[in-house]
Amino acid sequence: MSSLFEEIHTAPSEVPVRRVTVRVNGQARTADIEPRLLLVHMLRQGLGLTGTHVGCDTTNCGACTVLFDGRPVKSCTMLAVQADGHDVETVEGMGTTGELHPIQEGFKEEHGLQCGYCTPGMMLTAKALLEENPNPSEDEVRWALSGNLCRCTGYQNIVKAVLWAADTMRASAG
Amino acid sequence: MTIDEIKIGGMGASRRRVEDNRFIRGKGNYVDDVVLPGMLHMEILRSPLAHARIRSIDVSRAWQIPGVRLVLTGDMMATRNLAWMPTLSYDTQAVLATDKVRFQGQEVAAVIADDPYTAKDACEAIIVDYEPLPVIVNPEQAQAPGAPLIRDDKLNQPDNKVFEWEVGDRSATDRAFAEADLVSEISLHYPRSHPSPLEPCGSIADYDRATGKLTVYMTSQAPHIIRSAVAMVAELPEHMIRVISPDLGGGFGNKVPVYPGYVISILASILTERPVKWIEDRSGNLISTGFGRDVYLKGQLALRKDGRILGVRMNTVSDHGAFFADAQPSKFKIGLMHSAFACYDIPAAHLVAEGFYTNKAPGGVAYRCSFRVTEAMFFQERMVQAAADDLGMDQAEFRRINLVRDDDFPHRTPYGFLTDSGQYGKCLDLGLEAIGYEQFLKDQAEARSRGRLLGIGISTMTEPLGAGNSREYDILGIKMFDSAELRVHMTGKAILRTGAKTQGQGHETTWAQIVAHELGIPADDIVVEEGDTDTAPYGMGTYASRSTPVAGAAVAMAARKVRAKSRKLAAHLLEVSEEDIEWELGRFYVRSAPDRGVSIQECAMAAYSNMPDGMEPGLESVSYYDPPNLTWPFACYIATVEVDPQTGVWDVLRMVAVDDCGVRINPMIVEGQIMGGLTEAYAMASMQFITFDTDGNCIGANFMDYLLPTAWETPGFELHEVVTPCPHHPIGAKGIGECATVGGPAAFVNAVVNALSHLGVRNIDMPMLPDRVYAAATTGMDVSGAPPVRTDAP
Repeated sequence: MSSLFEEIHTAPSEVPVRRVTVRVNGQARTADIEPRLLLVHMLRQGLGLTGTHVGCDTTNCGACTVLFDGRPVKSCTMLAVQADGHDVETVEGMGTTGELHPIQEGFKEEHGLQCGYCTPGMMLTAKALLEENPNPSEDEVRWALSGNLCRCTGYQNIVKAVLWAADTMRASAG
Repeated sequence: MTIDEIKIGGMGASRRRVEDNRFIRGKGNYVDDVVLPGMLHMEILRSPLAHARIRSIDVSRAWQIPGVRLVLTGDMMATRNLAWMPTLSYDTQAVLATDKVRFQGQEVAAVIADDPYTAKDACEAIIVDYEPLPVIVNPEQAQAPGAPLIRDDKLNQPDNKVFEWEVGDRSATDRAFAEADLVSEISLHYPRSHPSPLEPCGSIADYDRATGKLTVYMTSQAPHIIRSAVAMVAELPEHMIRVISPDLGGGFGNKVPVYPGYVISILASILTERPVKWIEDRSGNLISTGFGRDVYLKGQLALRKDGRILGVRMNTVSDHGAFFADAQPSKFKIGLMHSAFACYDIPAAHLVAEGFYTNKAPGGVAYRCSFRVTEAMFFQERMVQAAADDLGMDQAEFRRINLVRDDDFPHRTPYGFLTDSGQYGKCLDLGLEAIGYEQFLKDQAEARSRGRLLGIGISTMTEPLGAGNSREYDILGIKMFDSAELRVHMTGKAILRTGAKTQGQGHETTWAQIVAHELGIPADDIVVEEGDTDTAPYGMGTYASRSTPVAGAAVAMAARKVRAKSRKLAAHLLEVSEEDIEWELGRFYVRSAPDRGVSIQECAMAAYSNMPDGMEPGLESVSYYDPPNLTWPFACYIATVEVDPQTGVWDVLRMVAVDDCGVRINPMIVEGQIMGGLTEAYAMASMQFITFDTDGNCIGANFMDYLLPTAWETPGFELHEVVTPCPHHPIGAKGIGECATVGGPAAFVNAVVNALSHLGVRNIDMPMLPDRVYAAATTGMDVSGAPPVRTDAP
């Protein structure tokens, strides 16, 4: 058995495991996992991608949002085996160390975060929105983010951050 | 030559936050992100019943599951004297239940295993035999004759009363009521709510047997208090305990208390000699950790015909759950409830407060407020509106008549606090102008004639922050000071540590701005660290909006000590006497020759390389700050709403906020705090509450049942400012983190009630769910939020 997910799962030998290959942030990752392993735990404990957070366990808060084949999904209620053969993008894949994604810049510029716990999920949801709709209205941003809870900011600056990013991305697209 | 303070990120700069650099990259370091070698995982088994005797606990099947390393029950905790622990309010709380369970979700057993999935499996394999007992879900049941005794573990506890406490002048208040032209009375319930930071609680205990050192990573807003508490509870030497509170995913008061999970993980690590991680799930967080509010009020105002308030009577009854685990100053049993009416000039006031045990989770924490002041200000502003209506007086005019005037400071509040500064009338006027008060009243009358229901609600309040001075404020006897330690390196860069603990407030950004303001060192040259008790000076932590009033003051004072030493170094470098030295931001110069000067950085270099004879090398300082008084920010919040009479749904048309929090260190962050606070105010007014059925089942044990507002419902906010510097704070700041949560709810409720007042409606208890508003709109009757009372109780 691969030791990749030993941290999360040291299942006794009689527990069946399943081999999965998931493309995470553009890189194929293969491991043998227990079928009940949640996607968020594979990302966090297995791959050490701790930018994806767990806030509610019930698909309500969106702290665990990742992009699954480009669409936002809540990884706390998705099994890792369901991601076999698919693309997953996490916050760690948004920008490079040197260069931030405009959405990341927007969140800093417009004070769109306080404790930071909801931020990765918010940014990934925003990324999916802007790819589909590069020029959203405030209402469209609010609707798109309505599956992601924030307890600190009151959303106003999060909305401004997404609109800031939309402006910046449209300007650079010429 | 002169340094531009805004350019170096000093006071008043909307400096972008340095902590964001890691958070936006997903590189925050929350407790669950910490992985230690050989780490085990802990899961807690919780009681499904609210009140039951434990006949037996069978853990044998749990032990048989491969990967299980330890199973703990209350009896095993008791062998280490750890089955019970003290709370922050001089009560005791069960760590793991031994005799009986007293609320649904109480901790009954714990499993430590190689991975969290196995630990969860093993919890499900534990068999607990419960004998159900009659359940008490509200204070009315708790004080009924023959009510079952919840705390039969305590000596001298014959009933379910936690405390009875009074403050104020009873006879003077009686006289005021005897002289009144009119007495306005109202009964209100501030419902139980849960702070619900997005990150639940958790800990990693790591006991190193070789060194005897215990390191605990913990979701704590107050790591030093926790260290002292752990030392006392676990009887470990305090110098061998290191509490590290890394990045916190919000706190809002929920992460102040000591929770059983922390204590269990510590014992588990001692027993297994491995690091043990406990991460609470959301349901565990909602049903077992510190809730807020849950207070009933009967309030009376003695009024004169001309609108003057002559006296106040408040009777509060609070529901504390099964253990009195409020985190609050020990002298005040119902927190600072008696800060009510502090902004009004009222000669007499009296408050009687009673608290009761119920079969609900313990708490009464300061949920984004300074110890029950959210309840105090909500009650105050609802009483004020009801009184204005009873007098037939305009609600703005009624406030203006009774607000403390600018030249009346210092002012003794009705219950005896001393306020020191403010421009209350100016804030009110600014708010009324911003909302277009007169025009709205015309629009409202016109809309009513066409069957549309518009309403406007005002809330004006000053609240006590910055607990507190050591004469009056302590937690478990520890005085509520705070601290800062500043080390300036030889190259003029610096590290600052404080006893506070940021959890989203942006201390890493704003503390550096205070140092920049005091010393002229660019904020970017100062790193800020908090939350590690081995390195940070002792402090009481971050809650009750006390960081800027107390720790922020300590930062300024520590910087001033560095400046005082630097002045001596400058005199040495400039070869003049200290008396001939002048200071401007970032630079000392010779008074008679202003061109001759040295920068603060040159002084820092000299402190390590060229100090005068007899001077200690180095440039460091520590400041422990004991504030002379509380700080008193003021706010005026005005909401306008439209109620749909067909559905009871109400929409916020506008929300105007005027905040006077004194000097603003970072306006961007201040505004972020206000908007976040207003959202929690809207949340409580509209949807957020934790209730229980008659069997004590928690309704609201997950985010499907416990509603929190999203970006879609949350209204936009219009912010305005007035600045009245705090006269006793070193930089004139008053604190801001909780003002909007405290003052905001009444504005929303006043607005909805105002929309229905012509129908005879005088009160709708929060949350103003559509069914409650619909009932009020269609019947013209008040809607009470008092919970259901069991009719089949034994």
